[in-house]
Amino acid sequence: MVAALSISQLEKTYPNGFQALKGIDLQVNKGDFFALLGPNGAGKSTTIGVICSLVNKTGGKVSIFGVDTDEDFSTAKNFIGVVPQEFNFNMFEKVFNIVVTQAGYYGMPLALAKERAEKYLKQLGLWDKKDEIARTLSGGMKRRLMIARALVHEPRLLILDEPTAGVDIEIRRSMWKFLQQINETGTTIILTTHYLEEAETLCRNVAIINNGEIVANSSMKSLLKKMDKQTFIFDTKIDLPENFTVLDYEVEIVDPHCFEITLNQGDSLNTIVTCFTEAGVEVVSMRNKSNRLEELFMGLVEDDNNGQ
Amino acid sequence: MDNKAKFIAFQTIVTKEVRRFMRIWVQTIVPPAITIMLYFIIFGNLIGSRIGEMGGFSYMEFVVPGLIMMGVMTNSYSNVVSSFFNARFQRHVDEMLVSPLPNYIILLGFVCGGVARGLAVGLVVTILATFFADISVYNIWITISIVVLTSILFSLAGFINAVFAESFDDISIIPTFVLTPLIYLGGVFYSIDLLPEFWANLSQLNPILYMVNGFRYGILGVSDINITWAFTMIVVFIVAAFTYSLHLLNSGKKLRT
Repeated sequence: MVAALSISQLEKTYPNGFQALKGIDLQVNKGDFFALLGPNGAGKSTTIGVICSLVNKTGGKVSIFGVDTDEDFSTAKNFIGVVPQEFNFNMFEKVFNIVVTQAGYYGMPLALAKERAEKYLKQLGLWDKKDEIARTLSGGMKRRLMIARALVHEPRLLILDEPTAGVDIEIRRSMWKFLQQINETGTTIILTTHYLEEAETLCRNVAIINNGEIVANSSMKSLLKKMDKQTFIFDTKIDLPENFTVLDYEVEIVDPHCFEITLNQGDSLNTIVTCFTEAGVEVVSMRNKSNRLEELFMGLVEDDNNGQ
Repeated sequence: MDNKAKFIAFQTIVTKEVRRFMRIWVQTIVPPAITIMLYFIIFGNLIGSRIGEMGGFSYMEFVVPGLIMMGVMTNSYSNVVSSFFNARFQRHVDEMLVSPLPNYIILLGFVCGGVARGLAVGLVVTILATFFADISVYNIWITISIVVLTSILFSLAGFINAVFAESFDDISIIPTFVLTPLIYLGGVFYSIDLLPEFWANLSQLNPILYMVNGFRYGILGVSDINITWAFTMIVVFIVAAFTYSLHLLNSGKKLRT
């Protein structure tokens, strides 16, 4: 099967000598919802820049749906829709015109361009803003406008570089739902985000990039299985008894109604719940201390940095 | 991208450019018209009436073609330089760069936008000029072709300036320190026959002399220089500027990292 995106030995060295990408290999399958994660400056945006031609690579190969960008970038570009990290539309232009003009750059006839602009502005809840000047939109609306613009030519591969940065939780969740619907219709999606909960919720496969190198690349499930420890927080109904212990686990008392326990991979929660009952501790709620992917991400990046 | 799609893309850029300068017509069309009208009143009417004839015509008739060209040149230039620099500054040039648009279509689109504004201002100035002088055209084809070619050349020059500009100050440096002196010394207000031989010969290195005189020939039928030579010079400059502009786009200078 032809991959939606295939990257081989991709390198980028900037004129000042900084090596942003050190020969990365990456493959994203058709129809995938793929997360590209990494700390700031790791090389995520550079990778996206190379894929959509805004950054000139210094080595390696990029293919979009089997089309080598060195041989026919024009055809490859037809397959891609990109939502960048920064707002990059004409702030003084009307919302509707921004989307229709983008369609025109892809050679789309005006009638079809207007039809598509209406369709995506409606789907993204911006239709009532179509005659507004773009700079008057809120941050969340501007992000959605960039998504509508990226979708107007109905690309097979949608690349989103931190699309929900600075967006409130309600809009973020509605954007997740919209992106899941787009993905279900067959559009391959690559997502970079600093909200790891977002990546864990949406993405089936993940790559983690650090210092210009891929440090992990697998399915989300198998990556999460690599976690050897998880910390849980328990809230109790009444004050914890003095000298409260749970088997051999290290218990950290946060306050008289709250404590933390770190469990190893495969440990049974039933065992420790039995201990609570025996100690007369009534647990009213339980949650992960941090997002599972976040813990794993931090561990992988730290390991990679320590190995440098 | 097939030819039909390329034409639609080209049309899209031109429409966007025309919409841009028409949206702010109070800033783009009215000020040059007022400035040139002041030239008509002061140089053509008040001072010109005391100068007498130049090149066999009243001073007002002599100065009208140069002033129309001045409006065309400065506005073609400033349209492209401000529009393309703004697209770089706000990064919405990326909208074009990520699309399958060939670079020459991007360039042609911006140049046509510049030509559209240059001609719009030229037309307004010509209409205003009819209040001050009787304008009859000696050769319509030479007049139109010279004004369009000049507008293309200045649009290309504006594009090159926009690629290299780092700030809004940079887009006014060339018009202030290069363009304006060349226009003023390019035979807009006088015939180079009035100059001493050395300065008359030196003036022939000024490309604007060929454009102003070519246009004046189209309207009045008189010129300080050979009309074929004027066409040749303008076309050579256009080919050079177009080739260089396309090279800048293809190399991604200041556009791609």
